[in-house]
Amino acid sequence: MTASLTLIVLMAVLFGAGIAIMLERSLTRVLIGFLLVGNAVNILIYLMSGSPGLAPILGEGVDESEISDPLPQAFVLTAIVINLGITAFMLALIYRSWWLAQLGEKGDLVDDEAELAEDAEEAADLLRSSAADDLAIQQMIDASDEEPSSRVRWSTSGEGAYRDRSRDRGDGDR
Amino acid sequence: MIFSLAAFGALALLTPLLTRFMGRRVFLVLALLPAAVFVVLLTWLPGVLAGTPVTETVEWIPALDIALSFRLDALAMLLALIVTGIGALVLAYCTWYFDDDEPALGRFAALLLAFAGVMLGLVTADDVFVLFTFWEATSVLSYLLIGHYTGRKESRGAALQALTVTTFGGLAMLVGLVLLSVEGGTTSLSALIAEPVTGVAGEWGIALVLVGAISKSALVPFHFWLPAAMAAPTPVSAYLHAAAMVKAGVYLVARLAPGYADLAVWHPIIVLLGGLTMLVGGWRALRQYDLKLMLAYGTVSQLGFLVLVTGFGTRDAALAGVALLLAHALFKAALFLVVGIVDHTAGTRDWRKLSGLGRRMPVVATIAFLAAASMAGVPPLLGFVAKEGVFTAFLEEAAHGASGFAAWGWLALAAAFLGSVLTVAYSVRFVWGAFFTRADAAPATLHRMSPWSGLAPGLLAVAGLVGAFAIAGIEPLLAAYADEFPGSHDYHLALWHGFEPALWLSLAVFALGALLVWGRARVARMQASLPPLVDSSRGYLGIVSVVDRFAAAVTTAIQQRGLPGYVALIVLVFIGGLGIAGVANTAWPGTVRLWDYPSQPFLAFVMAVAAIAAAVVRQRMTAVLLVSVTGYGLVLLFGMSGAPDLALTQALVETIVIVVFVLVLRRLPKQIAQRHPPVHKLARGIIGGVAGAVMGLVGFIALGARIEPTIAEGLPALAIEAHGKNIVNVMLVDLRAWDTLGEISVLVAVATGVASLIFVSGRTGGAPRLDVQPNRRDRLRPVPEKASSIRAARPSLAEVDGETDAAAEAAETRQTWLLAGRTLSPRRRSILIEVLVRLLFHPAIVVSVYLLFVGHNAPGGGFAGGLLAGLALVARYLAGGRYELGEAAPVDAGHLLGAGLLLAAGTAASSLFLGLTVFESSWFELDVPVLGTLSIGTSTLFDIGVYMVVIGLVLDILRALGAEIDRQEEEAEDEHPGFGGVEHGEGQAEGAATGEVAAATQGGGSGA
Repeated sequence: MTASLTLIVLMAVLFGAGIAIMLERSLTRVLIGFLLVGNAVNILIYLMSGSPGLAPILGEGVDESEISDPLPQAFVLTAIVINLGITAFMLALIYRSWWLAQLGEKGDLVDDEAELAEDAEEAADLLRSSAADDLAIQQMIDASDEEPSSRVRWSTSGEGAYRDRSRDRGDGDR
Repeated sequence: MIFSLAAFGALALLTPLLTRFMGRRVFLVLALLPAAVFVVLLTWLPGVLAGTPVTETVEWIPALDIALSFRLDALAMLLALIVTGIGALVLAYCTWYFDDDEPALGRFAALLLAFAGVMLGLVTADDVFVLFTFWEATSVLSYLLIGHYTGRKESRGAALQALTVTTFGGLAMLVGLVLLSVEGGTTSLSALIAEPVTGVAGEWGIALVLVGAISKSALVPFHFWLPAAMAAPTPVSAYLHAAAMVKAGVYLVARLAPGYADLAVWHPIIVLLGGLTMLVGGWRALRQYDLKLMLAYGTVSQLGFLVLVTGFGTRDAALAGVALLLAHALFKAALFLVVGIVDHTAGTRDWRKLSGLGRRMPVVATIAFLAAASMAGVPPLLGFVAKEGVFTAFLEEAAHGASGFAAWGWLALAAAFLGSVLTVAYSVRFVWGAFFTRADAAPATLHRMSPWSGLAPGLLAVAGLVGAFAIAGIEPLLAAYADEFPGSHDYHLALWHGFEPALWLSLAVFALGALLVWGRARVARMQASLPPLVDSSRGYLGIVSVVDRFAAAVTTAIQQRGLPGYVALIVLVFIGGLGIAGVANTAWPGTVRLWDYPSQPFLAFVMAVAAIAAAVVRQRMTAVLLVSVTGYGLVLLFGMSGAPDLALTQALVETIVIVVFVLVLRRLPKQIAQRHPPVHKLARGIIGGVAGAVMGLVGFIALGARIEPTIAEGLPALAIEAHGKNIVNVMLVDLRAWDTLGEISVLVAVATGVASLIFVSGRTGGAPRLDVQPNRRDRLRPVPEKASSIRAARPSLAEVDGETDAAAEAAETRQTWLLAGRTLSPRRRSILIEVLVRLLFHPAIVVSVYLLFVGHNAPGGGFAGGLLAGLALVARYLAGGRYELGEAAPVDAGHLLGAGLLLAAGTAASSLFLGLTVFESSWFELDVPVLGTLSIGTSTLFDIGVYMVVIGLVLDILRALGAEIDRQEEEAEDEHPGFGGVEHGEGQAEGAATGEVAAATQGGGSGA
C-alpha cells in the first residue's frame, strides 16, 4: 500500500501543533489543541484507506475495484461527530469551572502553582501517615520490652512511658 | 459442608441487622451456628474414622478444571472441629466482653462469624484454588478485624502490616500452587498428595507454597505481624491469632507433609525456620510486660514448634504434632480469653500494675493456671502428652533414622528442648505476673465482668485436662491422619509411658525452666544487652517507609505540575514507547507518492500554516478560527478524494463547533493572566514537534505494514445485500450498527453531561417560550411587536439611560420576521439575518429530512441530516435569541435524545421478534416521486433514531451553552452591572458573523 507523503507530513504537523497547545495551562487552549489532535488522528485513520478512488457509492457503471476503502470513512465519520460532542462537553466544563467557581479574571486557569503544590503535599502526607501508623504499632511493641534499669528491682519505674501510651489509646484495649 | 458454608455466609449478611435489634446478645445467636456445625461434624466422625472421607463437589470453572470440591478427612475433621468448637465459644464470650454501645458492633460480629465460615472452608477445601481463595479471604477478614478500632493508629498500622505480610506470602503460594497443579495435571489437593510432583517444578512449587504457609503462621522472618496484630480486640486474638487462622499454615504443612516431606527443600525450611521461630518467640516472650504481647510471642514460638513437628515427616512426629495442635488451640485460646477478662476487670494488661488478682479472682486464676500448665507441658495435661510424643519421635529419628535424617532429628530435638525450656519460663512469668501479689504494686480497682465470661476459657482449659486422661478416645482421629505416613504404628499417646528418655528430657526442661525463673533478673539484663535476635519488624518498617517516601516524592513531583504536567508525561511516554519501536522498525513502505493530486500539497500547506499559527497566536478566538481552517481544509481533502460523506459531516460539524466556541468564549474574560507557565514555551514546542514526528513515523510505518488485502473488497456485495448503495452509510446503520449504537449512546451521555453542567437546578423542559402562543396561522407570518407578551419582559427602552423615545417607538412599531425577534434589544437585531434565517430555516429542515432518507444510496444519512437540522436551529437561535430557540424547537432535548436512542435500540431488538438476530435487517420497498425508489427497512428506522439523537445533542448544546448562559449572564448583569457582560456586544457580533457563515453553509448543504 502506498502513502501520500503530503498527508503524512500534514498529519504530523497538526498533531505536533495540537500537542504543543495542549501543554498550556488555559483550559480553552487545551481544548483547541485537542481539536487539532482530533483532526490529525482523523487524517491518520483516513490515510489507511490507501490511494483514493471514487466515492464508495455503488451505481451504474461504477467499478467496484476503483472505489475508496469505505471502512476508514465509517470510522472517521463517527469520530467527527463524537468530536463535536466532546468539544461541547469540555466547553461546558470550562464554563462551569469559571462561572460556578467565580474565577473572574483568572478565566479558565483552574489551578495555580500554590494550590497544586498544596494538593501534592496533601497526597504525600496521606502516604506518610501510613508510616506513622506503622511506627505507632512498633512503639507499642517496644514499650512492652523489659528494660534492665527497671528490671533490677522488678519495680514499676519506667511506667511513665507506658502511661503516656495508654492515654493515647484511650481506654486501653477495650 | 457447602450448605453449612452457605449458612455462615447468609447469617453473616444478616448479622448487622440482627445486631440493631439484639445488641450484644446477638453473639449468643451467632454462636449457635458453629455449635450446630460442630455437632453435625461429630455425627460424621465414625465414617471419617472408618477411612471414608466426606466429599462434595460443585462445578465452578470447568475450563480451568477448578471445582468447588470439599473433602473432609481425619486432618480436616480435626481442624474443622477446632474451628467450629472454639468459634462457638469465642462468639459466646463476646456477649460479655462487649457493651451494647460498642461502636460498629454489627460489623464486628458479622466479620467474626464470616471468618469462622471461611476458615471452615479453608480446612475442608480439596481444590487448591478454592483453598487459596479461602486463604486470602481469611487474610482480608483478619485485616478488617485487627483494624476494628479504626480511630487508633496502632490498629490501622497493625492491620495493614498483617495484610501486607500475609498477602505477600499468599501471592508466592499462588505461584507455587499453579506450578504444582500444572505439573501434576490436577487441582485436587488430595490427588496432588497421593501422587506428589517431583523434580525442579515440585521443589520450586513446594518452596513457594511453604513461603505462604510460614507467612500465614508467623514464622521467622515474617513473625513480626502477629505481635502487632494484638491491637485487635481480645476475642479476635484468641480466635484468629491463636486457635484458627495462624493454624492455616500449620494445616497446610501437615497436609502436604505425607507427600512432600522427602523433597530437598522441605527439611531445611521446616526444621531451620520452625526451630528458629520457636526460640525467637520464646526469647521475646520472656521479656514482655504486656500480658497479651507475652502470649503473642508465645504463640509465635508455639507455631514454630508446631510447624517443626507436623512437618518433620515421620509417623510419630505427625501424631505428636496434631496432638500438639489440638492442645495449643485449647490452652492458647483459653489464655487469651483470660487476658481479656483481666484487661476488662483491672483496666490494664501491664503486669507491673497488677497485684493480688489471684486471691480476688480465684476461678479465673485457676483457669489460667490449668491452661498455662498445659502450655508448659506439665503433667497430667494434654500439653504434656503431646510434648512427650514430640521428644520420643525426635529421639527415635535421631537415633535410628536414615543417615541424612538423623542430623535433622538431633537439630529438631535441640530446638524443641531449648524452646520448651523458654516456654516453661514464660508460662511461669505469665501466671506469676498476672495473678500473684506484689508488694510494690497497689491492688487495682476491679470492674467485674459477668461470671459467664469465664465459661468459654473454663471449658477450654478443662478440655485440656480431660483430654489428657481421655487421650485413648481422641487418638484414633489423630492416628487416622498420622498413619498416612510410612513406619510402624506402635507408638501411642499416653500420660505415662514409664521411665523413658523422653520423661528425663521433660524433667530436664522443668529444671532448666525453673533456673531461668530463679535467675530472672540476670536473664533480663542479658536480654537487654544482647542485640535483638531476629528483628525483622524493623526491616519491614524500613522497607515500608522507603516505599512510602518514594510514593510521596513521585506524587509531589507529578502533581505539582498540574494538568499540563500530566499531559506532558503522557506524551513523553508515548514518544518514548512508540518512538523507540518506530526507530527499531524494519518494515518500511515500498513506494511513496508525494501527493495524490496536484492541489493536495497546496491545501496541506495552508492547513499546516494555520495549525502552527494556532500554536503561536495568543488570542483564543483567533486560534479557534485558525483551527477551523484546518477543519474546513479537511472538508476539501475528503471531498476531493472520494469521501463525500466525510466532507459533508465535517463541514456541518466544523460550523457548529465554531458557533459553540463563540457561545462560551464570549463569557470568559478576553485576556487571561498567564503566570509562570509550568511547561516552558520552548519545551512545549520541542515536545510537540517530537510527538508529531513520532506520529508521522507511526503513520508511515502503518501504511507499509499491511500485507493482507483489505476487507473492503467484500463490502460492495454486502452493501447490495443490505439494499444500499452508499457503502459508508450501510456500514453505519447495518453492517457495523453496534458501533453506531455505542456512539449515539455516547452522544446522549455527552448531551446530558453538557446540560447538567450548565443547568444548576433541573434541566427538563425546552428552551424558554413566549408566554402567549400566536395562533397557527400567525406563526407563519410576521407578527407585530408586543413587548408585554413576553415572560421576562425587557425594560421599556424609554426607561434606559441614553435611549430616546424615538428609538423605543421604532422598536414597538417594527414588524418582525422571527417569532421572538422582538425580545432582543433593537441594537442587537439585524433585519438582514432575520430575513435570511426566516427564508432558509424551513428549506433546511426539508433538506435534512431528504439527506436522512437518501443516505442509504447517496451521501447523507442520519448524522448529516441531524447535523443540518441542528444547524438550522443554531441559525434560529443566533438570529432571534433564546426565546426564538424555544419557539423553533418546542420540545425537551432530553425527550428527543431518549426517543432517538429508544428507536435505535428498539429497532435493533425488534429483529428478535421477527426471528432474526439483533440488528439483522428486513425491508420493504416503495416508489416515491422525487426521492426515487426508497427501500425502507429496519436500518432506516435505526437511522431515524440516529437523526433524532444528533438533533437532540445540538439542541441540548444550544439550550445549555446558549440559552442558559444568556440567562445567567442577564442575571449577573442585574446583580452586578458591568460584570461579566463586558464582551457581550462583541460576542453577539461574532455570533452574528457566524450566523452568516452558517447560512452560507446551509446554502451549500442544500445545493449538495
